[in-house]
Amino acid sequence: MSILIDSDTRVLVQGTGNQGTFHAKRNAGYGTTIVAGVHPKRGGETWEDLDRPIYASATEAVEHQDINTSMILVPAPFARDAIMEAYEAGIELIVCLTEGIPVHDMVDVYNTFYPRAADGSFTKEGRPVLIGPNCPGLISPGKANVGFIPESSTRRGSVGLVSRSGTLTYQLMHELNAAGVGISTCVGIGGDPIIGSDFMDIIPRFAEDPETEAIVFVGEIGGTEEQRVGRWIHENIPDTPVAAYVAGFTAPPGKQMGHAGAIVKEGGDGGETAADKKEALTELGIDVGMNPSETAQLMIERLS
Amino acid sequence: MGEPELCARRRFTPLDAAHDDTGPPTATSPYAIVAPRHKGRTVNLMEYQGKELFRSLGIPTTPRGELATSPGEAQTHAANFGVPVMVKAQVLAGGRGKAGGVKYCEDADEARARAEDILGLDISGHTVEKVLIEPASDIAEEYYLSILLDRSSKGYKVIASVEGGVEIEEVNRTRPERVLKEDIDPTVGIDRDRAKGILTQANFPDDVIDAGADLLVALHQGFVTSDATLFEVNPLIKKTDGRVIALDSKVTIDNNALFRHEDLAAQSEEEADSPLEARAKEEGLQYVKLDGDVGVLGNGAGLVMATLDVVNQAGGQPANFLDVGGGADAEKMTESLSLVLSDERVRSVLINIFGGITRGDEVANGILAALDNLGEIPQKLVVRLDGTNAEEGRAILDDADHPSIVTADTMVAGAEKAVELAAQA
Repeated sequence: MSILIDSDTRVLVQGTGNQGTFHAKRNAGYGTTIVAGVHPKRGGETWEDLDRPIYASATEAVEHQDINTSMILVPAPFARDAIMEAYEAGIELIVCLTEGIPVHDMVDVYNTFYPRAADGSFTKEGRPVLIGPNCPGLISPGKANVGFIPESSTRRGSVGLVSRSGTLTYQLMHELNAAGVGISTCVGIGGDPIIGSDFMDIIPRFAEDPETEAIVFVGEIGGTEEQRVGRWIHENIPDTPVAAYVAGFTAPPGKQMGHAGAIVKEGGDGGETAADKKEALTELGIDVGMNPSETAQLMIERLS
Repeated sequence: MGEPELCARRRFTPLDAAHDDTGPPTATSPYAIVAPRHKGRTVNLMEYQGKELFRSLGIPTTPRGELATSPGEAQTHAANFGVPVMVKAQVLAGGRGKAGGVKYCEDADEARARAEDILGLDISGHTVEKVLIEPASDIAEEYYLSILLDRSSKGYKVIASVEGGVEIEEVNRTRPERVLKEDIDPTVGIDRDRAKGILTQANFPDDVIDAGADLLVALHQGFVTSDATLFEVNPLIKKTDGRVIALDSKVTIDNNALFRHEDLAAQSEEEADSPLEARAKEEGLQYVKLDGDVGVLGNGAGLVMATLDVVNQAGGQPANFLDVGGGADAEKMTESLSLVLSDERVRSVLINIFGGITRGDEVANGILAALDNLGEIPQKLVVRLDGTNAEEGRAILDDADHPSIVTADTMVAGAEKAVELAAQA
């Protein structure tokens, strides 16, 4: 087992330009089933590099093919419409890799995907899963790779990895791999302020996955989701080995550190700095490393 | 209701154009080439720019003022108004009043004198280069009103308080019961009834509710159509004649949306936190100036943040944050290194690259080519390569035996080396 993607994953690629083609080929080369591409002006053509059909829309694609996942790689100004198209086509897992999507577009998307219940909470049950945007995608080693994650430095194993940052994810996978520790599924959730799935949407899935025995999560400054998932872990899976890292101890308040969501709001309600998050997680009994290497080491020690 | 303006914003570009991305795929951040030009940061508008925007959106504010960059100009504008004026420092910093950057002047001579005091003043690290001259308003009462993008509720939040003209953070800390924070469902928005409800609940006086509600409806609508993440009015005032207007403006626009707001994009060019940050913005690099002497560059925002952390843990102070993003070819490395090295405080540089889809050997060659382009430099570069083909990359650097390059095997070792070199330099 693994979460979200496995050998039954059947991918539609929205965006058959250079980016989409390059990564679809990589992913197919890994053994991922790429079913078709979407391009509004090239419907009916063959996607030469992949030897797959191209449809004019996601809806048309699902009428003709068995598809359960969409990978979106269209430029930011058009990403909102591409995500909505996948949603309207009824695709269960939508992975949006595009960076730089206007935050108001993501407000629209999120509120369409996950309607508000009367108590203000969002309905996730029975709704499609959106991963990203501004994320590297996900990989279940040995089964499927959907997105940018380099597959060379990981192996199949029992650690579930979830992270806001792409390269930090690769770094941790690499260090765990060097110690012989493999991954069940690695999910890059993205660094934007509003993302389809946050830690709280992924970690409970790991908890239910029989193959996942330990969890590493990598957060960063901004927001307070790390604390929220920390409390959930503390209350629900206190015996599962968990290690965490939070990037940005030296980030000055009010400055955006690369990711749109990586900013400590000035005059906010607090809890958004790396130090605040580390302290809160430590109090909840979760091991927090001071840097990625130390975090990988904490996990390796817990597992040995 | 909020729905009409949301719909109006939705279809902004033909979907056909969506797939015409160009250029070769790059490495760890292959989407970088398709990201909009203004990606990354938010755009803050100065008061006069924010008020211009408010006027264009039908949000009641002060009548048009005039900008002055010299005391003489300030005097002329004040004389033309022929009434008492306010001279207000135009900088992107809070606490202008406290810092002496906002003054009431009875006449043109006084405006000249106050402008002389204010121009050149340093307000939280920002030098005042222009002042706004506008007719003084007759203030009866001051309140606070803002709408912002709220990450946790995936929507908007309105903040309202009857304590205006002071720092809202301070009011929130000391008298939280005086600050109303109201979540707004973006699929519903704010209509007039909701706006009246919010102001009533925030204890705004009865005679302000109607005009205040109209202003809040316009504020919400403008916030959405402008792709803003913050519209703040502090103070919102009731004038002695009973009218309700925004006396100040604080506006932040989402950079990612500037492609559909060319007018606002043009204004943002004026704003820069530091000359180096302005240059980085022009070159499309994600750069934040910090206070230390160890230059840092790496690929991926998270990895660079982690690199700053390890430099700090090694006892050093990072000079900057720089994410080179996808790829590390000669051109990108040259631009990035030259930017980091133009900060005269930088005494050593740590280059931290994780090879994902970009291979370590490509990165090594990119660094060597960049050094060729830059010529001799006084600082040492500590290079740490990891991931795909890292060994090949390190071998290339070792073979080149470049006098400016020191290699390190791990991020922590690299940070320690860079900190040590900075201390020696």
